[in-house]
Amino acid sequence: MTENTAKTEHKANEEEVIAKLDAFAELPDAPPKRRLKLSWVGKIAVGIVVFWMAVVVIGPYIAPFHEMDMDGDDSFLDAHSNEYGTFYLGTDYLGRDTLSRIAFGARNTIGISVIATLLAYCIGITLGIAAAVKGGWTDMIISRINDSILSLPAIMLGLIAIAALGSSVPILISIAAIIYATSVFRIARALGQDIMVQDFVEAAQARGEGLWWIIKSEVLPNAAMPLATDFGLRLVFVVLFISSLSFLGLGIQPPASDWGSMVRENLQGLVYGSYAAIWPAIAIATFTIAINLIVDDISAKSGGNLAKKMV
Amino acid sequence: MAKEKLFEVKDLRISAYNDEKVEIPIVKGVTFDIHEGEVVALIGESGSGKTTISLAALAYTKPGLHFTGGEVLLRGKDVLTMAPLEQRALRGANVAYLAQSAAATFNPAITISEQVTESAVLHGVLSQKEATKRAEVLYHALELPDPSRIGYRYPHQVSGGQLQRLMAAMALCGKPDLMVLDEPTTALDVTTQIEVLKAFKKVIKEENAAAIYVTHDLAVVAQIADYIVVLYSGEIMEQGPVEQIINNPSHAYTKRLMDAVRPTPTAGMGVQVGDEHDRDVPAIEMEHLTAGYGGIVDGEPVATILRDVSVKVENGHVVGVIGESGCGKSTMARVMAGLLPQAKGHVRLEGKELEGSLNDRKLDQLQKVQFVFQMADTALNPKQVIGDIIGRPLEFYHGIKGKKKHAKVAEILKMVELPAEFASRYPMELSGGQKQRINMARSLAANPEVMLCDEVTSALDSIVGANVIKLLTALRDKTGVSFVFISHDLSTVGSFADEIVVLYAGRVVEQGPTDEVLSPPYHPYTRLLISSVPELRIGWLEDTMQKREMAVGIARGVEITKTGCPFFNRCPMAIEDTCDVKDVPIRELKDGHQIACHLTIDQLNESEVHAQQVLHGYEKIGIDKPLETG
Repeated sequence: MTENTAKTEHKANEEEVIAKLDAFAELPDAPPKRRLKLSWVGKIAVGIVVFWMAVVVIGPYIAPFHEMDMDGDDSFLDAHSNEYGTFYLGTDYLGRDTLSRIAFGARNTIGISVIATLLAYCIGITLGIAAAVKGGWTDMIISRINDSILSLPAIMLGLIAIAALGSSVPILISIAAIIYATSVFRIARALGQDIMVQDFVEAAQARGEGLWWIIKSEVLPNAAMPLATDFGLRLVFVVLFISSLSFLGLGIQPPASDWGSMVRENLQGLVYGSYAAIWPAIAIATFTIAINLIVDDISAKSGGNLAKKMV
Repeated sequence: MAKEKLFEVKDLRISAYNDEKVEIPIVKGVTFDIHEGEVVALIGESGSGKTTISLAALAYTKPGLHFTGGEVLLRGKDVLTMAPLEQRALRGANVAYLAQSAAATFNPAITISEQVTESAVLHGVLSQKEATKRAEVLYHALELPDPSRIGYRYPHQVSGGQLQRLMAAMALCGKPDLMVLDEPTTALDVTTQIEVLKAFKKVIKEENAAAIYVTHDLAVVAQIADYIVVLYSGEIMEQGPVEQIINNPSHAYTKRLMDAVRPTPTAGMGVQVGDEHDRDVPAIEMEHLTAGYGGIVDGEPVATILRDVSVKVENGHVVGVIGESGCGKSTMARVMAGLLPQAKGHVRLEGKELEGSLNDRKLDQLQKVQFVFQMADTALNPKQVIGDIIGRPLEFYHGIKGKKKHAKVAEILKMVELPAEFASRYPMELSGGQKQRINMARSLAANPEVMLCDEVTSALDSIVGANVIKLLTALRDKTGVSFVFISHDLSTVGSFADEIVVLYAGRVVEQGPTDEVLSPPYHPYTRLLISSVPELRIGWLEDTMQKREMAVGIARGVEITKTGCPFFNRCPMAIEDTCDVKDVPIRELKDGHQIACHLTIDQLNESEVHAQQVLHGYEKIGIDKPLETG
């Protein structure tokens, strides 16, 4: 019978099991620390982002031409060289070097987006956590104001604000920051509310801890990971927002370059078979897709919890 | 073999793969079989692979696990090699699964009947009409109240025990060949557990169903199983018929599991404390305390949980608070900790009045009363290392910083029997029992006078839980801290507490020294609790169910009343027009032993015989019939 064979098979290690059991009761091995490991797709994405960041920093110094130099032989030409140098990606509608304009534009497009997103995060997290922790009227007032801003389409709001205040870099940054702070607020508030009802926060309250300590030590560390993941996503939205404003002619003003306005300026070139509009579009696409891939990778590694919180 | 072989597991192997793609065997060659109408119990601690094996009957593994060998045969057909569509047809129709928590299984937005019949209709086993009819038959068999109408209710409209039984109806509706029951009574109160066990046993017998019963509780297994498979770390330690394993276990591991079965609570279990820590005033005391949730109307909370509770905790004593879920045990601790302000009454710490709200309490008062949360998983911040978690109260209350704090943390870790290196680990890197120790260590670090332990062992395995109790006993002796130990498990409380407070529907029905409370005369409710603790004896369930007190006590649920005795409707000795309307007198016995009952002590002593009386045809005691009094 099965039971007999099972018995003889295991009889031998009976002492071993009990010994193991005693050892286990005292001190089991800790599971290994979980380290964040990216998949190969994630690694490539990180490479792309690092590349663009490098362009932001050193782009203007290594670019073959200045963004405003109209040194090309003609507009909408393919790659060629003349006495001033080589135009690797051809020229744009005013005969300027596309490659150089992309290198210069990275600073505007990515720089403005990163600053605006950071600002949006500062505003959104401060207000969101305040609303979650304080609750009651504070929450009610901040949330309703937030809702009313959220109810307006982002681009429309941007257009009106720029029409009223004019287009300059500080204004662009402020507008993008305020518009995107609303969604950061929502996430921070939801996360905060979630964490505030956890037992460990109640334990801190029972200990008599002050509000600031609870926010600093209990709430923020637990909200950091999901917020960081969301940062990547939000950055992409801001890049697209700035680009679309530029596309409409309301973003960065010529002759300064940024990727969004480069697409718009050179759109007519498509008719002549010029790639001048395609290159900046590719720049926008690679940067945003790479960031999205990193975000995906991080959320996949840190489990479904994060995904749930994001929704 | 008289009966046909229904289900066979042959050398089953299941493995997981870690990040480095290294195979980690979870189930290591398990072989057993099930015959028609037989209940096989898989028993072992958490991590023994019992749930993993039971899920293999559905050809399912949890994500990340893979079948690496062996066969799982249902009527001679291997379910593991079936096509996905065949497996889909199998699940729910041929093999049904009952999860641990009925509350999580039922969809709160759909009526019970729809959910019970869903799988049978979906698999085309029965038509909707037949299924509804069959469900009703099952409700009858499971002794659910009002079987013809219960199906139209929503899950939140029935009690937890009823929902658990309804889940069995759900599984049985499609007449499956095999049922898989995963710890179906583990999370239940003892009285509810009996009700569910009894119904399960009856329905399994009537339906002649075969079942795999997964649990860690040998006492439960002794009541329901025909055959036992003892597992440890994915291997079979021992298997055999229930009589053989229970009466004559041969493997050392089985013996150890049997030792961890809690003894029936009796007098003499309690620890007598010395008077070295005694002081003039009690460490913490509650007087005529009423508390609850919601706004206060006419001086009472909308949902009153505790009513007129007076309890004293002497310095250095352990007071066990016991009662079924929802009786107000946790609420009591929350009031003491200041997490919930009381509506009426007083809380005093060392003779001094404590404010109801946290914000009004002084820092030293907060430091002296520490609350230990039930779930260590959620009570520890996952982003803080153990050193910070334990170090914070040291810094916050006592201003200990830097190197001194470091040394003190190591000292406290040693007190809870953990190595000092744990200070640099995160809670996630610890086992359940270790986390619970850290949870207590954090409270200890405050150097409190009173520790409020809310169900600290409930979520732990029996062996791990027993170790935690051992630790608490040692801590009490060493530090002289008073404990309020809340639990729904009378045996745990009985083995640890000096005094016991029995709560029922928010009122204290009996309190006194452990030995007095656990010996006659009992309050009728205390006796019901004591006799509901399963014994490690085959046939115990049947014997117990024959008794009058069980028949009455189990048949009805808790009702929170404003007047009279709340236990009136479940009491075998209830006196009509007295117990339900008049205020309950408190009978004083020796050593501060108090029983709140309309019966005199003599009557209570006499009633002992009456309650133990074996009823024939006890089912006849209808829910609406008045009861004769003793």
